[in-house]
Amino acid sequence: MNDTILLAHGSGGKLSHDLVERKFLPLLANPLLDKLDDSAIFEANGRLAFTTDSYVVNPIFFPGGDIGRLAVCGTVNDLSMNGAKPLYLSLSVIIEEGLLMADLEHIVRSIKAAADEAQVNIITGDTKIVNRGQADKLFITTSGIGIIPAGIDISGANAKAGDRVILSGTIGDHGIAIMSQREGLRFETLLESDCAPLNKLVAQIVEACPNTHCLRDPTRGGLATTLNEFAKQSNVGIAVEEDKIPVKKEVKAACELLGLDPIYVANEGKLVAIVEPGDANKVLTQMKQNCYGRDAAIIGEVTNEHTGRVIMKTRLGPSRIIDMLSGELLPRIC
Amino acid sequence: MKFIDEYQNSELAKKLAQRIAGHSVRSIRLMEFCGGHTHAIMRYGIRQLLPETIEMKSGPGCPVCVTAIGDLDKAIALAHSPKVIITTFGDMMRVPGSYSSLQQAKAEGANIRVVYSTMDALEMAKASPNKSVIFIGIGFETTAPTIAASIVKAEKERIGNFYVLSFLKLTPPVMKALLGLGEIKLDGIIGPGHVCVITGSHPYGFIPEKYGVAYVISGFEPLDILLSVDKLVQQIETGSPKVEIAYRRGVKPEGNRKALELMQQVFEIDGADWRGIGIVPQSGLKINKEYQHFDANNAFSGLLRSARNDKPAKEPKGCRCGDVVRGAATPLECKLFGKACTPEKPIGPCMVSSEGACAAYYQYGASYE
Repeated sequence: MNDTILLAHGSGGKLSHDLVERKFLPLLANPLLDKLDDSAIFEANGRLAFTTDSYVVNPIFFPGGDIGRLAVCGTVNDLSMNGAKPLYLSLSVIIEEGLLMADLEHIVRSIKAAADEAQVNIITGDTKIVNRGQADKLFITTSGIGIIPAGIDISGANAKAGDRVILSGTIGDHGIAIMSQREGLRFETLLESDCAPLNKLVAQIVEACPNTHCLRDPTRGGLATTLNEFAKQSNVGIAVEEDKIPVKKEVKAACELLGLDPIYVANEGKLVAIVEPGDANKVLTQMKQNCYGRDAAIIGEVTNEHTGRVIMKTRLGPSRIIDMLSGELLPRIC
Repeated sequence: MKFIDEYQNSELAKKLAQRIAGHSVRSIRLMEFCGGHTHAIMRYGIRQLLPETIEMKSGPGCPVCVTAIGDLDKAIALAHSPKVIITTFGDMMRVPGSYSSLQQAKAEGANIRVVYSTMDALEMAKASPNKSVIFIGIGFETTAPTIAASIVKAEKERIGNFYVLSFLKLTPPVMKALLGLGEIKLDGIIGPGHVCVITGSHPYGFIPEKYGVAYVISGFEPLDILLSVDKLVQQIETGSPKVEIAYRRGVKPEGNRKALELMQQVFEIDGADWRGIGIVPQSGLKINKEYQHFDANNAFSGLLRSARNDKPAKEPKGCRCGDVVRGAATPLECKLFGKACTPEKPIGPCMVSSEGACAAYYQYGASYE
């Protein structure tokens, strides 16, 4: 019989303790977590950034990652996008009874690997078990605290006319990798999710250019949505060129087949940086030195025209508005 | 997959656009029948490449948009039946019916699942023997063969709890109806490439022969569309309208014989109710006698009849989707467009569907042109 999660693992009694002590603590151990008090206590000086996010991805394992890696990277990236250096994460897991113990172990190992890569510690956590059908295998919530170095002011509202827009790499990898695994839509692809912690890339950017105006990771809603957020928050126009946006050929092919536009497809390891024109090449060079910024490119600029709107020069030459994603991405019918 | 960049080459596009401008003298009006073409035209900014002599109109080629509101009401009524699982393509979920939508019915507890293919619905029927699994069969000649295949498979495997509510429609009869209506004068039609992969080019011969309208079947890449416009302009300028295929890599004149045979095996031709157009004779596909035990219209006839009597269908006030699918109005001419009706809160189907003209105009910012 397969070893699975039972409702009793959430009883608060011995089985609950066993679960935490055997499956979580040995891997995630660090001095703050190991105290096992009701809350973790630590000191921090300076401006703090605080964020939270929940992860309900289906399927929980996908090419290039799983829900555990995603839950760490997502929160690390949210902190990083304000220039914060991530310090600590919390980890809250809701498990559906019947989840294979081996699957849980696999996910905790990826949480550990991602946290190590990002050099953050998980210092507090919780597990709950729910009846079959009340969750879909496993839901994870992570919160994170980071510290913002002095002199850094990064916000979506800081873009100025003339600024350059830099994208850290190819778009759509995560969304297409997930879609390729979805029930009913399975297709063969060698494509992997780009799920990655971007804090080191951000540290390099900020070191090269402390005056970085905006940073954001284009997750759900894709590049188009992030650019629109910048345009609205900063009350500027943004003009990009379709030909300059890096897209892997597998992603392009899948998008053509499904009738999707890669600028709306989700990413989990990419960022958009907006910097002054004089800083653009410096930042680009730095980004290219990081493994998560190898394919970085300047894709456009910020303008005084068409404020609040994003315009894209299409591959054929004419320009069109690109709006935020509305509704869900759905494959075409005919 | 190869041949994507090749069909999006900007140099070739410019050359084609120049050639079109060079020999387009008369002011003409073309209709792109298919919503997929409307989207490609807006997405790549193709209108901006065309000379002022060419006016483009969007046509009825969006399966969700032409589904009659009464038919949608039927699907919603069935969804509320406790022993039923409704399976549908995702676009249908958000289209408002007369009183509700599938999305709203789902939130109220109805068992509705989005599937990507009819075969998934069939699998669901196998996995849920105590439920009746009904697939909402929308689409044109593109989706009809796969729906037919699922019915044949269900028969072969003796699956007794799988049903199809067919709203399938045929493209040649509706083109005939539009041209016969004479509401808008057309000089040429960009033919639906994916549909013609199945049907071939033969069924469209009446368009040039009877109506003197040029007809070129097009693929969906920007160069495909420009090439088709170029051929249409040539036909029109030389006064020699005919059926041409500008999508040779997909379409054969005789179509896909196997797919056509499957359709013939399972369906019979019947009238169909098109939103904005009304009942068009011979334009729909109904499940035939031999397979009628899979027809949701038969199996749930009592339920459907009482639902219709309780709540007659009514169109949303002010919505001009009906005019838009006939090419009689552009989305911009609808007072609701972009104000009361947006992709987030759609009133009519043309704003919901990823193939709808209003959604294309909205998403790609026609107002910016």
